[in-house]
Amino acid sequence: MDCCQCKKSGLDDRFPDEEVDLSLLDGVLEKYRGNPGSLITVLQKAQDIYGYLPKKVLYHIGRELRVKPAKVFGVATFYAQFRLNPIGKHLIMVCHGTACHVNGAELITSALCDELKIKEGETTKDGLFTLQNVACLGCCSLAPVMMIDGEAYGKLTPDKARSVIREILKKEAEKGEV
Amino acid sequence: MKVIVGLGSCGIAAGGNRVLQAVEEEIKKRNLDVEVKKAGCIGMCYLEPLMEVVDDEGRSTMYVKVTPEMVGDIFESHIEKGTAVEKYALSDEDRGYLEGQHRIALRNCGKIDPECIDEYIGAGGYRALEKALKEMTPEGVIEEIKISGLRGRGGAGFPTWFKWNATRMASGSPKYIVCNADEGDPGAFMDRSVLEGDPHSVLEGMAIAAYAIGAEAGYIYVRAEYPLAIKRLEMAIAQARERGFLGKNILGTGFCFDINIKAGAGAFVCGEETALIASLEGERGMPRLKPPFPAQRGYMGKPTNINNVETFANVPWIIKNGGKAFASVGTEKSKGTKVFALAGKVKRGGLVEVPMGIPLRDVIFKIGGGIKGDRKIKAVQLGGPSGGCVPESLLDTPVDYESIVKTGAIMGSGGMIVMDETTCMVDMARFFLDFTQKESCGKCTHCRIGTKRMLEILERICNGEGKDEDLETLEELALNVKEGSLCGLGQTAPNPVLTTLKYFRHEYEAHIKDKKCPARQCKALIAYRIDPEKCRSCSLCARKCPVNAIKGSKGQPYEIIQENCTKCGTCKEVCRFGAVYVE
Repeated sequence: MDCCQCKKSGLDDRFPDEEVDLSLLDGVLEKYRGNPGSLITVLQKAQDIYGYLPKKVLYHIGRELRVKPAKVFGVATFYAQFRLNPIGKHLIMVCHGTACHVNGAELITSALCDELKIKEGETTKDGLFTLQNVACLGCCSLAPVMMIDGEAYGKLTPDKARSVIREILKKEAEKGEV
Repeated sequence: MKVIVGLGSCGIAAGGNRVLQAVEEEIKKRNLDVEVKKAGCIGMCYLEPLMEVVDDEGRSTMYVKVTPEMVGDIFESHIEKGTAVEKYALSDEDRGYLEGQHRIALRNCGKIDPECIDEYIGAGGYRALEKALKEMTPEGVIEEIKISGLRGRGGAGFPTWFKWNATRMASGSPKYIVCNADEGDPGAFMDRSVLEGDPHSVLEGMAIAAYAIGAEAGYIYVRAEYPLAIKRLEMAIAQARERGFLGKNILGTGFCFDINIKAGAGAFVCGEETALIASLEGERGMPRLKPPFPAQRGYMGKPTNINNVETFANVPWIIKNGGKAFASVGTEKSKGTKVFALAGKVKRGGLVEVPMGIPLRDVIFKIGGGIKGDRKIKAVQLGGPSGGCVPESLLDTPVDYESIVKTGAIMGSGGMIVMDETTCMVDMARFFLDFTQKESCGKCTHCRIGTKRMLEILERICNGEGKDEDLETLEELALNVKEGSLCGLGQTAPNPVLTTLKYFRHEYEAHIKDKKCPARQCKALIAYRIDPEKCRSCSLCARKCPVNAIKGSKGQPYEIIQENCTKCGTCKEVCRFGAVYVE
């Protein structure tokens, strides 16, 4: 858990307040309303729909499930799976499990940070990539590993990791021209 | 002819789906009558993707590290003409990986199609449930588990029968069965493999437990990061309901039991029973004081029995073959087998299931084939962030709960990470503490702040800014965090620090006093240099250097400008003459 950052104004101000279509959630809420203990499941479904958890959605869920906003925010910020900020088009997850760590995962992350000019946890300005360190992807014998859009890339070296990114950028550029 | 492609998560990561696609294309192209099956992981992760060909006489050939190109050759020669392609097949040496094992929990993994209930039934599945329901009393089931000596495979090793009995005796209803599939140790993946490769064995184990304690509802709390495991579990539950192994009036005995899946949301602390229950209830996963134990007051305040995936996977085998058969394997106090996820600097990494009591050395060298690059082994890490590092000198320690605890590590859920001389033990301690510090739920002050202060000290030492008194402070903090924490996370978080301090104190001292990292890993304490004797002035390193820190000209050895170097290691990686070294 990180240190409390309350001096930085309220929790509410730290996350973007985007306009979203709340009706997309109707079906989910219908199914789980009145089902105690389903808050985490509802948040997971909401993240599947919106790609992250917009602030308006959190308030909406609280109202509909009759749970206080403080508890909704509490749960949404407690678990690593939930994102309160939008992510880029491609999500890069670099495994930092034990096997990957001893096989040089740190070097992979720093190479990617340098290649994308962002820090871990950030999204590139063009909105194409979000870089995230994760605890373990479970492909320990392929260490070090990263996963982009659900596809795993194993036995990486810093150089190989960079070329994977360049490959994706090339494909994106081609798509742009079509 | 039958072709089986290994499609666990690791098989897919290694390209298993492309192999499957190639197989299907070949069958179409050649217009053959070949049965294609998907299997889970057999545990030989280092050889993935795997493809097995079984001919009409039942002879099986395992092909390893299969590429789509190889599939064409295999079809041409083996499937069409009946001659196995030896050069692609599993070597005798690699066969040793499987032969040293004793498979109970993994008995079906990699052998049956996890998406097909008939294959599970064909392998003897659900017969244990039938035996329990029709021939045994609930007390009899608990007695059989007691005879087997089965202990919790999640890490702590609590006797399974005792928990079952306590939940059975507890007053209150309904009662619940929970399967803990929130495998959080970064480096352990046996639970995922069982769920992906043999989901029905877990369902059957849960149903038997439910009968024994008198529960009608069960939950599987599984990591959301395991999408394939969730998908296969959902399929398995639907199939089991359809066949009457779950639901109302199971096998006509009047016994009712059903299972639902709850996806966890990523919190290591939820491996702790009471935190897991809080998470099941939709709360933040924060542990609470025990007693009352979950057996008395668990999910929704009702008696709840929680076991881990591997524990449940053992249950049907025990009921079918008898507790005595299980107890005949292992040591006096640790019965049966244990599955380990062998990884790190070992030649053959993957899942291994070994009888309790086998020395660690045998797991690493006989099954794992020794250390990559034939370097020297330094230590083996057991139990992940809650465990510790066992040094080379103690590798003859047998694998059982008590012996491993004596070394300062714990059995844990079964992560076994092998480290060689290039692994820095201070950095390892820092790595695990960084993990537990982030994962601390924040409830107990000692865990929340103590781990943070310990991490700061370790970071300082790795950065070459360690102070003489740091080691003493670390030890003091470690003991306080252990004592001042409510749950297993805090109580064990200092273990990686304490064991490395115990066995590798000299490495800490080298960092602090000599400002040197003996394993040459800590960035602040190392420098990349080019050996002018070996450099051929090819300029490759200079071109690849992301920060232009390498200067030189044709005919002259190149040189690294230390002030600009970010120590990313690219030059060392690309040099074809081994001229770049670390000091």
